[in-house]
Amino acid sequence: MTEDADAGLGVRLLRDMLRVRRMEEKCAELYGATKIRGFLHLYIGEEACACGVLAALTPEDNVVATYREHGHALARGVPMTSIMAEMFGKATGCAHGRGGSMHLFDASRRFYGGTAIVGSGLPLATGLALADAMLHRAAVTVCFFGDGAMAEGAFHESVNLAALWRLPVLYVCENNLYAMGTALARHQSQTDLRAKAAAYNLPATSVDGMDALAVHAAALAAVAGVRDGGGPAFLELRTYRFRAHSMFDPDLYRDPAEVATWKERDPIPALAGRLRADGVLDAAAYAALEAEAEAEVADAVAFAEASGWEPAADLLTDVHTPAPATSTNGGAR
Amino acid sequence: MRMSYREAVRAALHEALTTDDRVFLMGEDVGRYGGTYAVSKGFYDEFGPERIRDTPLSELGFVGAGVGASMGGMRPVVEVMTVNFSLLALDQIVNMAALYRHMSGGQFSVPVVFRMATGAGRQLAAQHSHSLENWYAHVPGIRVVAPATVADARGMLAAALAEQDPVVIFEHVELYNLEDEVDSWECDLAHAAVRRPGKDVTIVTYGGSLPKTLDAAAALAADGIDAEVLDLRVLRPLDREAVAACVRRTHRLVVVDEGWKTGSLAGEVIAGVAEECLYDLDAAPRRVCSAEVPIPYAKHLEDAALPSVDGIVAAVKEVCGA
Repeated sequence: MTEDADAGLGVRLLRDMLRVRRMEEKCAELYGATKIRGFLHLYIGEEACACGVLAALTPEDNVVATYREHGHALARGVPMTSIMAEMFGKATGCAHGRGGSMHLFDASRRFYGGTAIVGSGLPLATGLALADAMLHRAAVTVCFFGDGAMAEGAFHESVNLAALWRLPVLYVCENNLYAMGTALARHQSQTDLRAKAAAYNLPATSVDGMDALAVHAAALAAVAGVRDGGGPAFLELRTYRFRAHSMFDPDLYRDPAEVATWKERDPIPALAGRLRADGVLDAAAYAALEAEAEAEVADAVAFAEASGWEPAADLLTDVHTPAPATSTNGGAR
Repeated sequence: MRMSYREAVRAALHEALTTDDRVFLMGEDVGRYGGTYAVSKGFYDEFGPERIRDTPLSELGFVGAGVGASMGGMRPVVEVMTVNFSLLALDQIVNMAALYRHMSGGQFSVPVVFRMATGAGRQLAAQHSHSLENWYAHVPGIRVVAPATVADARGMLAAALAEQDPVVIFEHVELYNLEDEVDSWECDLAHAAVRRPGKDVTIVTYGGSLPKTLDAAAALAADGIDAEVLDLRVLRPLDREAVAACVRRTHRLVVVDEGWKTGSLAGEVIAGVAEECLYDLDAAPRRVCSAEVPIPYAKHLEDAALPSVDGIVAAVKEVCGA
């Protein structure tokens, strides 16, 4: 990679992370203002994971995420306007107000959710990869999940199946050290998650999840291996969430000193500082990125506010597929 | 042509695999072994391991892979050995397949077909004998069917594969050896079917209880009671109109259901009648269900736990005041 391309990548990742961060800070505020309801799980602190990995994909690839997926949706290209409208429950939302914060979807970007049963995305992603393999498509399916999901049978069944059938799927574990409020060592007999995955006979790598460039490089290498027919791969991203699990969580199970230590490794200032030191991004350019993100958030909120509600009379739509089919399954790429 | 229920399921699968490249069969021992109930015997050699996929013992994993593969453009037929094992995969069926279309605001369809054996009668004891059709029939977003005749066993799979949404097909283990003359099998997945016309009482049933119910109707005829037998065929959505139409004709109702009585489909059928046409009934309706006990192993106890011809006859006579 040339130095220029590298610089462009760094700026792109920084821009993406800033957009996610500013959007979610606004979401927290709007939650307090009761514009957003239900569960709201913020990704703040973990942005390098989604932004780094998703920058390694092509539009033909599939993405399956978790219930903490605002960042994945945005980094995958889902418009912030439709994400924010979904949080508000509006008809213009990316799931027409049927999903909310935990269920963001966008078929046109091959973004398959937004699923909120821990581990449930793994079998689904494995099946998407199975379809691609059987249809001889070059796509890779990337499946995000947390350290908590690695205690679910769904993890073990899916990874075994994918490794057995050499399916083109990249399993990405965002290890933020807590399954909701339970620390890693209190929910995993083997805390080296890379070793657990490696037992299924697939390439498994661990990387610093607070370093967007390192995440991206690792993802690029893993995706290339998967796309070349190497079968599935596993990537552990060691990260940390700065906020509580959800808006209902008083966060009593973490030592404030631990949280403070991790905040010193905030991926956004880390990358900004590095780009500044490399002479790629000066203060004015950084301020411009900030202003751009702020403006996008303001637009998204205005869009969500101005959008209408789906009529309650339409309640029963989309339980079944109307004929003729309107689904975009396996659609043209 | 004369064929067995097993041969009908097999012919339907063979036709689907032959006519649509997107169709593949996946499940435990569907390939080299030939299928637990020998439905797919020989398919592995004919269609190859890519399309006749032997899976690990991972119900949650491979059922979910079927869900994902259907969203990726394939038409998977996922065989779960029995409904009892499907509980290991319930998350992917109920929390994923059934919800994805609605939860995504209509963006994703899940055209997957799940086949599973159900029911008792082979002394397989408590963990292989239960009828949990109503668990699935409770859930919006999936279609649930129970072929009770050889013709439906032949025809329902093609109809299920034509659906854009998940379909669960229940094959009762006692039906596989059933034989019948079958010349046409094209069918829908919407309507109940009158299997025996009658004017004195309607007996509603489905799946493995249909042969018993027809035997009971024959016995009742000898006693001068002309019973109509309605096969629900489709357990979700229920054909409530067909049930109501029968009740309006015969004014008496018995429902035969191999599920446990509490929370049963039989209860749902009767509740629907109560809402729709209660005053068309001349007598309180009756349910003939399995006893509220895990299905036992010993033959005499298993028989005692299940709906029987005698039990159906007795319930009908009670309703008819005979």
